[in-house]
Amino acid sequence: MNNAGIAFEVRDLTKHFGPNEPLILDGLNLSVRNGELVSILGASGCGKSTLLNILSDLDSASSGSLVVNEKTTLIFQEQSLMPWLSAGKNIELALLINKYPKKLRRKRAQELLELVHLGSAYDKRPHELSGGMKQRVAIARALAQEKKILLMDEPFAALDAITRDFLHEELISIWQRTGITIIFVTHNVREAVRLGQRVLLMSSKPGRFLKEWVVDIPEPRRIDSPAVSQLARVITDDLREEISRHG
Amino acid sequence: MDNSNIDLSKFSAGLDALESGTSRKRNKFASLLNFVAPVLAVILVILIWQIAVYLKFKPDYILPTPSQVWASLQNQWNQGLLWHSATNSLRRGVQGFLIAIVIATPIGLALGLNKMARAIFRPILTGLQQLPSVAWVPASIIWFGLSNATIYAVVLLGAVPSIANGLISGIDQIPRIYLKVGKVLGAKRLVSIRHIVLPAAWPGYLSGLEQGWAFAWRSLMAAELIAVSPALGPGLGQMLDTGRQLGDMSLVLAAIFVIMLVGVLIERVFFAPIRNRTLRNRGLG
Repeated sequence: MNNAGIAFEVRDLTKHFGPNEPLILDGLNLSVRNGELVSILGASGCGKSTLLNILSDLDSASSGSLVVNEKTTLIFQEQSLMPWLSAGKNIELALLINKYPKKLRRKRAQELLELVHLGSAYDKRPHELSGGMKQRVAIARALAQEKKILLMDEPFAALDAITRDFLHEELISIWQRTGITIIFVTHNVREAVRLGQRVLLMSSKPGRFLKEWVVDIPEPRRIDSPAVSQLARVITDDLREEISRHG
Repeated sequence: MDNSNIDLSKFSAGLDALESGTSRKRNKFASLLNFVAPVLAVILVILIWQIAVYLKFKPDYILPTPSQVWASLQNQWNQGLLWHSATNSLRRGVQGFLIAIVIATPIGLALGLNKMARAIFRPILTGLQQLPSVAWVPASIIWFGLSNATIYAVVLLGAVPSIANGLISGIDQIPRIYLKVGKVLGAKRLVSIRHIVLPAAWPGYLSGLEQGWAFAWRSLMAAELIAVSPALGPGLGQMLDTGRQLGDMSLVLAAIFVIMLVGVLIERVFFAPIRNRTLRNRGLG
């Protein structure tokens, strides 16, 4: 594997919030290729969000090495659209900050909304959108930045099952069309299997990578298909074992 | 996939239609009531007042009738004094308010964004806000004499702390997520202030502005009432003072009503529409 194909690589990465504080992340090793979709799975408190914050430069590692070859952007679990801007203007804000030519912003924002099937929502305010629609606008806004790595921090956790299934399909279709690298963090085993080409299981307190599964179920996958369920069951057993260790 | 014959975009359109709420129509009757009920309340007050006069609680030089006050207003109007005083006061109030915004906004931003600056200066700001700005009138007269400078100084000392404090609490109430999004989007400091901090802090800033206006207007009346001089020209505060000197209760009450009316008008015509729009746009109204 040549280095040019690597989106990012972390070696022996640790994180603690102060010299006498417990370790949050303990010796993480991870290498992700360009265009990969990797699910990171873990229970609460495993430092998944901390890892994403470090990868997106919102936070820094305490030790270890971190090589990020492509620029990253991050999508949050909670509603993150600016409530004073319409859906379209939220995307235009990302374009503005990234110095996209002023005259083309509106057109580009409209294209991105159409990419997430929200072509008619340009003038809608965030409070007029459902939770799923808001996350799609947030995805469109992240895509507006044209970063090669999309980090997603439990983006669909607050959504109902029907909407979540739909957004899984939507995300896969965007991933296939754009060729971006996606790191998808979740505590939902089936979701991790449904989306990832690889699933990494993380331990809690401190966060370490425990196991890795390669998911070779072809797309289109369904979250309720036997193949997904079967692998999810295997991973769930490991996850439960890991959680029981903390009792 | 066994449901692949269902088009993703069609499915999404259906889902979105079901999930997004239908917009609420505004009730016409409710908005009519909003307009009529306050007018009825005013009429009720005038009625009670008229009854009080009729029962002769007090002689009419202490409690004049509504029609005497009305006559006094007409008299002032016919002399051209009412219009002149009201516009003079309003001009001073608005000018002072605008200067206060220019001064208070950078102060509010600096103290809102910098914890150190806030720890050092906020107590002074709060002290100034607690102090009735009429307390500055004697000092201002000693410093600036009976001039417009005195009046503006008092107006500014009244309005600036409110506006700055409003902006600071607006900044404090910004959900962290918006600032994080700004960072993730790559916004540099100035871009972040212009496009994220200020719009996110706007509701708090706006209430600071409303309160700042109220303080500006009150301070102005106090200053005008005390700093009376031909050089300053007429004003509503001066009209109050004239009424007191002449023992003309009708004129005093007439001036009070005009001062209240101007305050209500500014609130209704200027601030209320901005506030309602802000709340509606953010889904808070």
